[in-house]
Amino acid sequence: MTEASTDTPMIRVSAVDKYFGSLHVLSDIDLEIPRGQVVVVLGPSGSGKSTLCRVLNRLEVVSSGSILVDGVPLPEEGRALAELRADVGMVFQQFNLFAHKSIIDNVTLGPVKVRKLGKDEAREEGMRLLRRVGIADQAEKYPAQLSGGQQQRAAIARALAMRPKVMLFDEPTSALDPEMVSEVLEVMADLAEEGMTMLVVSHEMGFARRAAHRVLFMADGEVVEDTTPRRFFEEPESDRAKDFLGKILTH
Amino acid sequence: MQVLTENYQLYLNGIWTTLQICFYAGLLTLLVGTAVAGCRVSPLAPLRAFGTAWVTVFRNCPLVVVLFFMAFAIPTLGLNASYFVFGTIGLALYTSAFVCEAIRSGINSVSPGQAEAARSIGLGFTQTLRLVILPQAVRSIVPPLGSVMIAMIKNSAIAGAFGVGGDLYETGTRLSSAQGEAIVPVLLGVALGYLIITIPAGLLLGYVERKVAIAR
Repeated sequence: MTEASTDTPMIRVSAVDKYFGSLHVLSDIDLEIPRGQVVVVLGPSGSGKSTLCRVLNRLEVVSSGSILVDGVPLPEEGRALAELRADVGMVFQQFNLFAHKSIIDNVTLGPVKVRKLGKDEAREEGMRLLRRVGIADQAEKYPAQLSGGQQQRAAIARALAMRPKVMLFDEPTSALDPEMVSEVLEVMADLAEEGMTMLVVSHEMGFARRAAHRVLFMADGEVVEDTTPRRFFEEPESDRAKDFLGKILTH
Repeated sequence: MQVLTENYQLYLNGIWTTLQICFYAGLLTLLVGTAVAGCRVSPLAPLRAFGTAWVTVFRNCPLVVVLFFMAFAIPTLGLNASYFVFGTIGLALYTSAFVCEAIRSGINSVSPGQAEAARSIGLGFTQTLRLVILPQAVRSIVPPLGSVMIAMIKNSAIAGAFGVGGDLYETGTRLSSAQGEAIVPVLLGVALGYLIITIPAGLLLGYVERKVAIAR
């Protein structure tokens, strides 16, 4: 809650419902994320937290309700939607690096093809980002030659290369071997410190405590708690949150 | 078997005409098939419906019927061209349904996460397909596509039977019926002629397959 801003919120979600068939995955969600805020979304699997993340750049289409990104309603399919997505960075659980392209080509593809940057300029910027996430020496390799942690850092660099207004992370460390989790979380924590607006779906309680301004706890498609990390971990209000914390903190 | 040595020039001409039909039909069918495959995976429902209808029509309609349409129906619309052109186009349209399905199966073999990542950096639909999906799909497209192309080479005989002058099949019928040569050696010559085209085509395919398997 640091960057109190009088501007329009970066993300405004109003009365959003989402069904998969008869399954009600998001139920009447209202959410505002101000500029510069880092929100961590916690909750048991199947609670709808990944779906919440994915509707924000329309990888999933909501059944009803509205979503505004930086004051602009999410467009339908087409050029306007592509333009909006260029401003919303996304990092996936499975990295999803382009398997047929080298790491640096992964990072420069968007800037060259979408932002119409010159190849040299894009490459320079791309290398700067790869240095920043600590894998500049891997630039010419292919994704399959990198460790999971390196791949995920490359994926973060790829998203940052578009100079996004907001970054979405959909369980960015869930597919990583334990020893690689911290290298990715460090990059994310740096990003948070620099004032990036972030929504992070995660199971990393440590990251939520250290880097988040705000915790959303979801269960059964609803936001059950919307509070500060400290209050969530120390004095959760709902039974479901207590139950959830009890299960993950006992071992 | 003298018929082969005596008429080898005719056979060579036949092979050359068949190669020309297959070259142009192959080029056209790859373009059309790719475009229709793009329609079938498009986010726009009308395009998907168009793609599905295209495949349904051309996959389920016998080639002979497609060629009959090209030969007799199209000229009544006032379009005049040589039968070489109509036959080639008919063959290409018919084959495009199978090309489309080979390409679509390749597209589906690429993990959906690749397309999601491409879209989330702001690439449009055609950019996503062209820059991210198709280059990775090629590996699994090549083998079935190769079978489709070889089938097309053989199907060109049916276009020949409609009277595309001087292709390999027509050469055979001319030799046996017009010049009264014994049918079996003539047809063996025709079969040999197709093998001369299809076996190198198969080898070329194997080469391409190895090429794209190494490339990422």
